[in-house]
Amino acid sequence: MSTAGPKAHYSLVIIGAGPAGLAAAAAAAGHGLDIALLDEQRAPGGQIYRAIESIPAERARLLGSEYRRGEDLVGAIRNSDVEYFPDTQIWSLNREREIGLVHGRSAAMISADQVVLAGGAIERPVPYPGWTLPGVMNAGAGQILLKAQGIVPANGVVLAGSGALLLLLAWQYMRAGVQIKALLDCTPMHNHLRALPYLPRALLARHYLLKGLQYKLDLKRAGISTLQNVSDMQADGEQRVESVSYRHRGRQHTIKTDLLLTHFGVIPHIQLSQAAGCRHYWDKSQQCWRPQVDEWGNSSVNGILIAGDGVGIGGARTAEHAGRLTALEAVRALGRVSQHERDRLARNDRKWMREEQHIRPFLEAFFHLPGKLLAAPADDTVVCRCEEVTAGAIRKAISEGHDDSNQVKFLTRCGMGPCQGRQCAESVTHIVAGATGKSLPEVGLFRVRPPITPLTLEQLGSLFPDETE
Amino acid sequence: MFKRLDSNPSKRVTITIDGIPHEAVAGETAAAAVLLSGIDCTRTTPVSATPRAPFCLMGVCYECLMVIDGQPNRRACQEYVAEGMRIETQRGPGALPE
Repeated sequence: MSTAGPKAHYSLVIIGAGPAGLAAAAAAAGHGLDIALLDEQRAPGGQIYRAIESIPAERARLLGSEYRRGEDLVGAIRNSDVEYFPDTQIWSLNREREIGLVHGRSAAMISADQVVLAGGAIERPVPYPGWTLPGVMNAGAGQILLKAQGIVPANGVVLAGSGALLLLLAWQYMRAGVQIKALLDCTPMHNHLRALPYLPRALLARHYLLKGLQYKLDLKRAGISTLQNVSDMQADGEQRVESVSYRHRGRQHTIKTDLLLTHFGVIPHIQLSQAAGCRHYWDKSQQCWRPQVDEWGNSSVNGILIAGDGVGIGGARTAEHAGRLTALEAVRALGRVSQHERDRLARNDRKWMREEQHIRPFLEAFFHLPGKLLAAPADDTVVCRCEEVTAGAIRKAISEGHDDSNQVKFLTRCGMGPCQGRQCAESVTHIVAGATGKSLPEVGLFRVRPPITPLTLEQLGSLFPDETE
Repeated sequence: MFKRLDSNPSKRVTITIDGIPHEAVAGETAAAAVLLSGIDCTRTTPVSATPRAPFCLMGVCYECLMVIDGQPNRRACQEYVAEGMRIETQRGPGALPE
């Protein structure tokens, strides 16, 4: 590990040390290239293999066997000539592959001949009444506390939403002895039918289906039942969450809790690929914006490749394969392997990646979120958490003739706070499309400009040391 | 709201949260330490002064902005506790550092 900051130039810079970035770095190592692996976290592994190097054995056991896979990925980097920089935040990337970063206390601009983005995914932000109350968090946040720090809910927890992570977290909490007060599944019942045509192909990757069924069975045996087809879920409380209310089988219910963890699937974290000017498109099946890439991960911007969940949600194993494929392509572009050699080295990953993808169409249909949840938050529901812009304020702006995302942003400050629209961009697009009848691509996303994360003036000043002397 | 699985952790450090000493464990983030301390509100919003608390814990939502060692607008989920760390609730936009 390097203690000094990154050099001014590398042949290859990989951003993100989760499964895609780690696999990419390992595949690119050993070709005589100058490689830097930059990551925001203090330790490698990304979200999925968080704390993989430091976790106590007992806690790792709670998380299930798949988690252990991260050890080999991280080990390969530790034993390579790749320069790994943790605690490194990226605030800019442009078409010339200039990268703005903060390492330690100071900012720097570096450049690269090839850049692989492996920034992964974020949990899909879905606004509902009360989602800004203290005591309401993402399910992923609960899992991070468990994985990285061995911290669990003290007074029980209500889990709600839709998606595979919700089930996994419930199972992990059950194993950790956490009281699950309710598991509210907001997946619409008719999704079973929607997913049925994709079942035969999913059976080719049946280990995923069996694992899901096993989790459900284990939960049931432990006396934790899942309420299916829940709707109108909301968090209530004055200064913090005190209870959760929801509709189930036509009746209204309320449950007291000091902690609500929700999850509505994951979406690619595209802030950086957007800042770099890469072309993005709306994927109806995954219900998210994705950067356009070819089969080697090349984006629409020359020399910028993207791998893993940052391209589209494929899971940790797909991310590994994609990481290696993009690395091979970058190594080819840098003249270190021939096209023929690249193709030969890529053969297994390409095959395994295809096999991994068998399950995706089924999962995407099964966990397809209803439009009502995405596009129709009530007028008094906060959409932009930073600037506290409600759905009603957004609709008012639309009714005054501002019918694209960026106009709504200018008028309402929606998306202009510290998170720079990460938590509201998608919702705004949905609301504008819903209100105007335009398609999502017509409405478009917020424009993203550097710095994509807040910088202090001190950090900005550190870019120009000569001028401050 | 939260507790440690390990009731007798090693590598303890002492931090202060809003001036009150708390025990934390090396390797915990400031956000985790605050959640464990039972404090509900880690900042109030600049717009309407309503209470907020950590939401994503992975650095993307910026809800856990706190004043850490005198520096405002630090993401508590990205900062790790250290002996003597001072963590304070951030009221509104946060004042300029001392």
